[in-house]
Amino acid sequence: MAAKGTSLRQYALTRLALVIPMVFILLTLVFLLMRVAPGDPISSALGGRVPKEEVDKIKADLGFDRPIYVQYGDYLADIARGDFGTAITDRREVRDIIKENGAATLELTFFAMIVAIVVGVTFGLLAGRFRDTWIDGSGRMFGIIIYATPVFFLGLMAQLFFGSYLGWLPTSDRASPIVDATLDTHTNIYTIDTLINRDWDAFVDVSKHLILPAVTLGLVTAGVYIRLVRVNVIRTMKDDYIEAARARGIDERSVVYNHAFRNALVPVITVVGLTIALLLSGAVLTETTFNWPGIGHTLILYLQNRDYTAVQGIIVVFALVVVLASLIIDFVNAYIDPRIRY
Amino acid sequence: MAATEPTDRAPVGSKRRLGGLRRTLAPVSEARGMTRTMLWFGAGLTLSFILIAVFAPVIAPYDFDTFQANGQRFAQLEAPSADHLMGTNVQSTDVLSRIVWGTRTELKVVLVSLFFSITIGVPLGLLSGYFGGKLDRVLVLVMDALFVFPFLLLAIVIAFLLADKVGQGILTAAIAITVVYIPLYFRVVRNHTISVREEPFVEAARALGARPFTVIRKYVFFNVVQNVPPLATLNAADAILTLAALGFLGYGIQPTDGAEWGYDVNRAVSDAASGIWWTGLFPGLAIVLLVVGLTLVGEGLSETINPVLRKRPKVDVDLGSTSEDEAGIL
Repeated sequence: MAAKGTSLRQYALTRLALVIPMVFILLTLVFLLMRVAPGDPISSALGGRVPKEEVDKIKADLGFDRPIYVQYGDYLADIARGDFGTAITDRREVRDIIKENGAATLELTFFAMIVAIVVGVTFGLLAGRFRDTWIDGSGRMFGIIIYATPVFFLGLMAQLFFGSYLGWLPTSDRASPIVDATLDTHTNIYTIDTLINRDWDAFVDVSKHLILPAVTLGLVTAGVYIRLVRVNVIRTMKDDYIEAARARGIDERSVVYNHAFRNALVPVITVVGLTIALLLSGAVLTETTFNWPGIGHTLILYLQNRDYTAVQGIIVVFALVVVLASLIIDFVNAYIDPRIRY
Repeated sequence: MAATEPTDRAPVGSKRRLGGLRRTLAPVSEARGMTRTMLWFGAGLTLSFILIAVFAPVIAPYDFDTFQANGQRFAQLEAPSADHLMGTNVQSTDVLSRIVWGTRTELKVVLVSLFFSITIGVPLGLLSGYFGGKLDRVLVLVMDALFVFPFLLLAIVIAFLLADKVGQGILTAAIAITVVYIPLYFRVVRNHTISVREEPFVEAARALGARPFTVIRKYVFFNVVQNVPPLATLNAADAILTLAALGFLGYGIQPTDGAEWGYDVNRAVSDAASGIWWTGLFPGLAIVLLVVGLTLVGEGLSETINPVLRKRPKVDVDLGSTSEDEAGIL
């Protein structure tokens, strides 16, 4: 850690090396939780519905009758090969679940992220710039209230207001039944698929379905950005170089917009990485509220069916996504800020 | 720079213990302006919820699962009226009563989970930070792994597994939330311990031959622990949200054991299509208000304690020399 003047490449390699134990620990934790704790996943998934001989056969097929350390080795080897297992209840491969339902989650979280950044950064900058004025007060209050609002509650209120009361927007699913049935999918990201097909009516339909979930999830996530950007602006405004800029006679507007804001926004990149975990958590709730067939909603369904292997596979994928995201963010940060080195 | 020490400091010497308490609370009484408003408003909100929880049997018109009175079943999904101020839900129970009793559930779970996560996270952080070495490295890795994990998923999985073994109750929900928050305390305490460890007074204590345990207890602990109250308050707010989310997904409290706001909001989703708003709006608002209250206290505390954000009150300074510009500097 104390090494001085290491290169960006060296930093990247060290950081990459540190990912390995992290992934290993995460995978082990998931295995311990999902495989060792419950005892017998097959019986809990199928227990009572399938005769015992059948259960034993499935157990043998899946290798659940072997010693736990052998299972652990297989589990790691499978993941290394990109095989995340197969659901016990409906025999879907986790890989397919990720491909199909993951696209829905990706679409939702992507647009939610855009909403979050636009709303959060705007309010945060204003609140920090006009610290201790009514703008700051209302911006912060908005931030706190939006943070305090559970995403599912905001979603429910949005459904009541824009769905039932005004009747403007659909309140559940990704598309109208007809569109959903006739849509020719390429990427499983409906907004892109409808654009590829040049089917404008379907595009409008799909977009309408996307608005409420994405804005709901985005607004709730924006609270984090508001707080962070505000504090950063306040901190930056106290920095010496701001004072120096002022001393050089640069007018206040330019000091604020060109000097303070730009630097106050750098940490936002880090937070984007951190909020990915937050977004994924929020997505589980948003998807359940809006019946959005994403990966979080699917996970909840498998949990209800006590399908341990599907749950385990999905959790592993979630963990890998989060680690990968934090890795990318760290690289970007190190690239931007030369002080970040090991 | 010219500001002197605030005048309302306790005189040193007299009552040591009280003085210590007052010194800990000094930043709070020093808080001015919006921070002060936030602190008081938040404390008021939080306190009212605590009172509601304590006096739930007196305040709630009915039990949380009462669906009839005097042998007559309440109407289903009845709009707010004089009989049921917040209406009734699909199971004919009184929405207001469920919210009042729910306050108890939320606060109980949060208290238990805060207790667990602080009593586990803080000592681990102290040990890991003070001793360093292999223990530290392993703990940091495990905690970081827990920390990067989407917190709600972790809580769901824990609650799901425990529900099989222990059953769904306050303890299960509290443990699920505890696991999520231990890394938070661990991180903050560990990092702070590492910097305090290098302070001259700790070094002096070590040089005098104090045993490591004594050093931690007497010198490090009190310097580190002041980070905990703002963290714990913000954490409590977050824990309410996590509990509500667990309840919403069906992994909170068993519906027969107690009322829980998140669960009620979940039941309200199917009412929304027919325009029924009272079953969802009120429990949801309860969550928002309690979380806002706790957040305001937490934010206010961290702002008064964090020297970067703190604004000292302006104190009139008597420079003694000229009487004209006595007005006050700064």
